Amino acid sequence: MTDLSVSVSSASGPVPQPALPEAAPKVTARGLNFYYGEHHALKNINLTLGTNRVTAFIGPSGCGKSTLLRIFNRMYDLYPGQRATGQLMLDQTNILDPKLDLNLLRARVGMVFQKPTPFPMTIYENIAFGIRLYEKISKSEMDGRVEKALRGGALWNEVKDKLNASGLSLSGGQQQRLCIARTVAVRPEVILFDEPCSALDPISTAKIEELIQELAEDYTIAIVTHNMQQAARVSDKTAFMYLGELIEFDDTNKIFTSPRDRRTQDYITGRFG
Amino acid sequence: MAVESDVMEAAGPYDRARALSAFKLGDITFYWITRACAISVLLILGGIIISLVVGAWPAIREYGLAFLWTQRWAPSADPPVLGALGPIYGTLITSVIAMMIAIPVGLGIAVFLTEICPLWLRRPIGLAIELLAGIPSIIYGMWGFFVLGPFLANTFQPFMISVFDGVPVLGTIFAGPPSYLSLFNASLILAIMVLPFITSISVDVFKTVPPVLKEAAYGVGCTTWEVVRNVVIPYTRVGVIGGVMLALGRALGETMAVTFIIGNSFKIQSSIFAPGTTISAAIASEFAESDGLHQSGLILLGLLLFVLTFFVLAAARLMLLRLEKKAGN
Repeated sequence: MTDLSVSVSSASGPVPQPALPEAAPKVTARGLNFYYGEHHALKNINLTLGTNRVTAFIGPSGCGKSTLLRIFNRMYDLYPGQRATGQLMLDQTNILDPKLDLNLLRARVGMVFQKPTPFPMTIYENIAFGIRLYEKISKSEMDGRVEKALRGGALWNEVKDKLNASGLSLSGGQQQRLCIARTVAVRPEVILFDEPCSALDPISTAKIEELIQELAEDYTIAIVTHNMQQAARVSDKTAFMYLGELIEFDDTNKIFTSPRDRRTQDYITGRFG
Repeated sequence: MAVESDVMEAAGPYDRARALSAFKLGDITFYWITRACAISVLLILGGIIISLVVGAWPAIREYGLAFLWTQRWAPSADPPVLGALGPIYGTLITSVIAMMIAIPVGLGIAVFLTEICPLWLRRPIGLAIELLAGIPSIIYGMWGFFVLGPFLANTFQPFMISVFDGVPVLGTIFAGPPSYLSLFNASLILAIMVLPFITSISVDVFKTVPPVLKEAAYGVGCTTWEVVRNVVIPYTRVGVIGGVMLALGRALGETMAVTFIIGNSFKIQSSIFAPGTTISAAIASEFAESDGLHQSGLILLGLLLFVLTFFVLAAARLMLLRLEKKAGN
């Protein structure tokens, strides 16, 4: 237990950061429940994602972290039998409103998946595709937007000479940054990361973590991760979930140094999970 | 347990060797039977090709390559004049029109079934598609003859003529006296017949698209149509083309239904509402009463069809192979 807590604190940086001031709420969940058919997967979730903050979700497999993330952009709507109850607001918009325009919601709430998911088209088209869904812009303007997005995804220097190569020809880490660039290109307000580094090598992981922190300047970020060091490194706030419940939600520093709940303590020290 | 082992020992080593050799004999027999079955396919295929070439030889010697572009088909002339241009034209035109109808409809059904259809409706529609594939072709032929033909001649063609009258190219395509038996009637029937091929293969390959890829596309805000057009179809392009090729192979070779409704006219006419013929329809309608050079000419037609479908199917196989390779990676 001792050596683990040491590694955690060293991962969160040599100087413990002072707690950030409370940010304006971007996404607010009140009494949120989720069901896979009969199975009650999320129970009474209450939390707030602060504007331009990184919120990490940790917890053992099957605790509902990814499920929660998939409610934020209504991805669960694609599958029959899955439903959410309660209240979930994105600024003044009720995300759970059945009449909500899902395409617009997903433009505001982007998502990066566990596995890189480049579309079967060129690198350039992968980015331009999303932009074209919402805006009619000239070729030169599009070139600019694609470059900006690729720079935003920290990928520009690696791909600027082969924009017409297939997105699938890139390495795994590059593909994941392409997916981030693609998400950024649509200019969302919130970006959801569902274990974005679990299929990547350590160097690619470091690059993406760095990128996530840069992105937090412009976007509100939620990240699901199994890697507690990663949560400690990138996030401002951390939510610990267990068996469909939100056990503890607080500043990351607090969660990793002095958790209030016994179960949180057990999980971050590696007793289970 | 103990009793069993006693029995085994009592049986002795001799019996055991005999039992094993009996197994071995069975094994060898099995090996040769299966091998014979497999080889027989090659023999039959080779035999068919050889007999086709032998049967067609007199016609090949008589007409040479000119057979391909001669339009006149006069088997009772002396000497008979035989040209395959009419049947080749009919075969290609009916197949092309059939594919032009069946591809969009078939893909549409596949997209609906995999992406949009509510679960409870999925099985009935899927079942209906399978049943469509199971209907014997003669029944399609009769339906085309008694129902579709009259409808096309009395209602559809006059409508098309009134719409396109005077339009340069389209006017000619739809012109002409109404006829129950026509290229277009055959094309429609072919389209219905090959629809299940395109749909079922497309459904299968659409299911190979990783859900996460579709979610990613929905995640940037795509509508279902945009996901299908930009992600599902490009991802499965090769497989879909393979399915289309299989359907095309079927359309090229379909005989019975087409013979019923195409009119069996060797004359090439510009209107698709005019009677025509296809290679297989020509063979089916004339073979029984043919002899000598006429029969040889019909066999040569068969050989042409064989070569044509062989290339189409080979192309389909190649594309499916490429898809499997891609899926394997």
